[in-house]
Amino acid sequence: MNAHGTVHKYGDNVDTDVIIPARYLNTASHAELAAHCMEDIDKDFVNKVKEGDIIVANKNFGCGSSREHAPIAIKASGISCVIASTFARIFYRNAFNIGLPILECDEAAKEIQNGDEVNVDFDTGTITDVTTGKTYQGQPFPPFIQEIIQKGGLLKSL
Amino acid sequence: MGMTMTQKILAAHAGLDHVTAGQLIEAKLDLVLGNDITSPVAINEFERIGASSVFSKDNIALVMDHFTPNKDIKAAEQCRQVRNFANKYDIKNYYDVGDMGIEHALLPEKGIVGPGDCIIGADSHTCTYGALGAFSTGVGSTDMAYGMITGKTWFKVPSAIKVVLKNKLQNYVSGKDVILHLIGMIGVDGALYRSLEFTGDGIESLTMDDRLTIANMAIEAGAKNGIFPVDKVTLDYCEGRCQRPFTVYEADEDAEYDEVIEIDLATLRPTVAFPHLPENTKTVDEFGPQDIKIDQVVIGSCTNGRTEDLRVAAEILKGKKVAKNVRCIIIPATQKIYLEAVRNGWAEIFIEAGAVFSTPTCGPCLGGHMGILGKGERAVSTTNRNFVGRMGHIESEIYLASPAVAAASAITGYITDPTK
Repeated sequence: MNAHGTVHKYGDNVDTDVIIPARYLNTASHAELAAHCMEDIDKDFVNKVKEGDIIVANKNFGCGSSREHAPIAIKASGISCVIASTFARIFYRNAFNIGLPILECDEAAKEIQNGDEVNVDFDTGTITDVTTGKTYQGQPFPPFIQEIIQKGGLLKSL
Repeated sequence: MGMTMTQKILAAHAGLDHVTAGQLIEAKLDLVLGNDITSPVAINEFERIGASSVFSKDNIALVMDHFTPNKDIKAAEQCRQVRNFANKYDIKNYYDVGDMGIEHALLPEKGIVGPGDCIIGADSHTCTYGALGAFSTGVGSTDMAYGMITGKTWFKVPSAIKVVLKNKLQNYVSGKDVILHLIGMIGVDGALYRSLEFTGDGIESLTMDDRLTIANMAIEAGAKNGIFPVDKVTLDYCEGRCQRPFTVYEADEDAEYDEVIEIDLATLRPTVAFPHLPENTKTVDEFGPQDIKIDQVVIGSCTNGRTEDLRVAAEILKGKKVAKNVRCIIIPATQKIYLEAVRNGWAEIFIEAGAVFSTPTCGPCLGGHMGILGKGERAVSTTNRNFVGRMGHIESEIYLASPAVAAASAITGYITDPTK
């Protein structure tokens, strides 16, 4: 299992309000949420994102609200993986629970640049910046999280 | 090695004698909570996998508080979906317009949560109930759905930061100033994945409303939960109120903490978090009385919409007028608080001062309705987040503060020191 795509890069403390503003939380439609993904931090994101692209950000990605609409919007917009130095804990749970792979890797998060082409191997946790040729070792998933992902989400593991 | 208070509650709910930080456990839940935004996503998942029953109709709370009274057709449809679900499964603690309040004010008030409970809620401010000595934490809608079906969830046992509170707060300095001060010290990810365990002789002078405000914003430091020891104030609050029997847990004397932080409550000053992060704090002594001109004041939310908050606001606004070109919006957090404000004459004070006084709703806190900001506008708000665009336009600004600062600012039109 791997992800391969172009990087959209952001800074510290990307909060769930900018990922999907509350004014759009009057719907649970994945397509409607994706249409406003990242709107308050990067208005052009929805126009430039392509299927398989990767978000890279610094510390505390997904802080703030518990809204699962945030990882849903990211996944439905075509993003295949989010790499960050650290994630806020509710976002971390939610991403795995809905089947959006995320990786913590401080070095990769700091060095990978906007527009780089990146490959992520989820089995090994290896992140490769194809543009620069540099590789990084991401934090591998704990076994129980691998199980949730393999089964396709928390509820499918019931 | 001993356990923290949080670890002891988690161990008990996992059926284990002992747990350590980092351990993965499955814990039984005393309550699963959702609101009108997060519950529809959970119900969709519940139905998608073909679930046909809930683990307990008495231990689920569904509170319609964010976009209510319904702000638009889509919000009405979301509430209708939750209402139908609540009726179908006979959910005991379903609260709708007329008896609802903001979830984190309502549940303690009605005794639906109590000391020693293990609670998850699909709302990040679920950590509020730590004020009562419960373990409670925010999760997403899928976790909520799993919890409603099984009555269980998985946790990674957190390590903890011990926060020692000493001495007493001065007049017009409150729980909000304590938590803003702490977040300013450690940052918005300063307690990431960890517990904030409050202790110290300063706690006995903190009212339950102060403690609820402090625990409420533990998430704003990234914490998994914030928790207070159970003392006389807690037991007095719980007596005759808690609907279920409760258990009091204490941290072991030899519990291990990642770090210890001391705060002298007597030295704290009214504190304001500047845009656009709750960690950007300054005391009122660090800026001038006419430095920050405001367009709107919001007093309310799960953080500061309780009785004590409205009492302080009324004391400051009594006989005064809200400044020209400032909109002052006061929102009691529950119907009971609303009624107290009416009976105590505070509603009259607010309206005569030129403020609006509304039915309970989360409304403006998350930019839902009832006070959205336009381009370039500034608000001083007793809410919990001042992220970009949180209350409206992405070029608007939110300054987080206590009810005393907010009320004093409403009168002058600038962010103002209430002690002067």
